[in-house]
Parts: sequence; C-alpha cells; structure tokens
Amino acid sequence: MAYVLIIISAVFVNNIVLSQFLGICPFLGVSKKVNTALGMSGAVMFVMVLATLVTYILNKYLLVPLNLEFLQTISFILIIASLVQMVEIVLKKVSHSLYEALGVFLPLITTNCCVLGVSMMALDLPSKFNFVDENSLGLAIVFAFANSLAFGLALILFAGIREQLQITEVPKKFQGTPIALISAGLLALAFMGFSGLV
Amino acid sequence: MADIKNLTRGIIKENPAFVLLLGMCPTLGVTTSGTNGLGMGLATMFVLILSNFFISLLKNVIPDKVRIPSFIVIIASFVTIVQLLMEAYVPSLFEQLGLYIPLIVVNCIILGRAESFASKNGIVDSIFDGVGMGLGFTLALTILGLLREILGAGTVFGYDFLGLLGVENPKTMLVFILPPGAFLVLAYIIAIIRKQ
Repeated sequence: MAYVLIIISAVFVNNIVLSQFLGICPFLGVSKKVNTALGMSGAVMFVMVLATLVTYILNKYLLVPLNLEFLQTISFILIIASLVQMVEIVLKKVSHSLYEALGVFLPLITTNCCVLGVSMMALDLPSKFNFVDENSLGLAIVFAFANSLAFGLALILFAGIREQLQITEVPKKFQGTPIALISAGLLALAFMGFSGLV
Repeated sequence: MADIKNLTRGIIKENPAFVLLLGMCPTLGVTTSGTNGLGMGLATMFVLILSNFFISLLKNVIPDKVRIPSFIVIIASFVTIVQLLMEAYVPSLFEQLGLYIPLIVVNCIILGRAESFASKNGIVDSIFDGVGMGLGFTLALTILGLLREILGAGTVFGYDFLGLLGVENPKTMLVFILPPGAFLVLAYIIAIIRKQ
C-alpha cells in the first residue's frame, strides 16, 4: 500500500519538476516536441532507477558503515556519470534509431538535477513520507520509478503545451523562454490542486 | 595581461541566470527569500571560482577523453567542501537550502563554464570569469528571491519593512513563495530584461 501512496505522491502531489524544481533544464530544453519528450522520459526512467539502486546499496553497505557520508556527493555523481556512459554505449548497439533521436540529450542526463536529487532523497524516505517507518531498497526503487514517471508526465504535458504555443500569437518580448516559463507556472499552479491528496 | 572584460561580462551582459538561462534548478528552487538566494549564489560562486581556477590550472594535464568526468570530480570535491563548511558555520542556511547544496555539482553553469572557458583560457582569465559569472548569478538569485519574498511574505531579508511603514497584517500573495510564483516572476524578469 505504501508503494501506491509513494507513486501518487511523487507523480501528482510533489511532482519532481513542478513543485520540487529538479530537472528544469531538460524540462525547458527538451520539451519542444512530444516525441522527444517521450524518448527523454524513457532514458531518464532507466538511468534514475538504476542509479538509485546502485547509490542506495553503495551508501548503505559502504559509506555509512565506514562513516564516509561526506563522500556521497562525489561518489553518487560519478556513479551517475558512468551509468549514463554505459546507457549510451548499450543504446548505440541495441537501438541505434533511439540513440540518434536522443542525440545530445543522453549525456545531458548526467547533469540532470533529478537523477542526483532523487538518489539523495531516496536515502531518507521516512523523513518525507509519514506512512513509511523505515528505509528499504524496495521503497527506494519504487520512489525512483515514481519520480521518473512524474518527470515523464510533466515533460510530456509541457511538450504538448509548447507544441500548441508554437502556433499561437505571443507578444514579442515573451516569445520563447518567458512564455514557456509562464506556462510552466500555470501548470505548476494546476498541480497544486493535488496537495493534501496523500 | 588579463582581460577585465571577463570579469564584467558575467554580471549583466551574459548573466548566467537571466541571459544564458543556465542553472535554472536552484534559480527557481531556492529563491523563496532574499537570504536564501544570496546564500545559494555565494556558495555557487565559491565553487565556480575554485573549479575554474583548478580546471584552468590542470587543463594541459587532463586527457581529452576523460575531460568531463575529471571536471565533475573536481567540481564535486569543491561542492563537498562548501557543504561541510556551510553545515558547520551557517547551519540555519544549510537547513534552508537543503538538497540544493549538493546539487551545485550538477549546476549547468559550473560545468558549462569549465567546458567552454576554463579549459581553454589562462588562469587569471578563468578566475575573473568565475568571479563575474558568480556575481551575476548571485545578483540574479538575490533579486529573484527578494521579489518573491516581498510579494509573497512582505519581508525583506527577513525584516518586516511593511510593519515599519505602519501596515498591520499585510495581505501578501502567497503564490509567489510557492513553485508557480517562481516560474512567473522569472518569466517576467527575462521578458523585461530582453533587448528586443
């Protein structure tokens, strides 16, 4: 049951992009077309779940017992960077068309605040959800999966809005980024309606 | 010898947050008050200056193939130092900024400047660039934070100036401290600053 609540919370109530501001760069950069948004979300989902899995295990069995928590930042980002590199290599061999479609965005997942942010948040779930008593690897993975769904949802919604914005008349000063930010703000406002759901 | 333009460029003309549109995550996330914006800006500037310096120092030694991972390690080390220093000396600010401090390591500005400037220019130029961009970023964050704080809570850096002016129980617009407000204020600032 906790799993379902975590998913609902991550996707709607505390959407990683719209209320926690992680992953804004790709959110504003990749979301011009729904197709690219879909591809990016898939890649992020894969990297996020895998990264959380590895970093959680590393933290629990290596960093904490040896009192090396201060190395979290460095070790986590290195793990994420290597994972992205691996995903790139695998994708190139397995599905070349998808690799081409994602282009430069794949290596950019490394600097995606979401992935590092979610890995760090997954270390201390009891402090975020009051229905969770103690940490566990299963919960961390579900949390990561839920957040990648949240990222995908926000990205795809936003891509749809932006595709529509391209054919509407926007005042000159607001064209491009400002109108995109205002739309994002309105989307965030809409999602605020979910607060209190979980 | 060194070009002073590298210093001034990052403050207004190529302000990382308002013009280059880099480092959006902390720009939107921590600017719930002027103090938070200022604190985050200064922390980022610290990391930016030091990482620019070191990367420029080591640019001829780092092999090209492992360029990006090496930059990341250098930046991550300085972020860890900032983290530990802040936790020790400004614990209340550290609590407020929370998760965003370790996220400085993935701040597009730092990696971006390392890749496009520090790895190709001299040491003093790189330090100037770091100072300029850092000041610009701090300025942007502080302005955004102040605007959101004034509109959303009626205070300035925590001081209830409306109270000083004799206004009792001011009706503030809460939405500005919340996520939508961040998007909206930033959108308007960018639109206003634009040249066209």
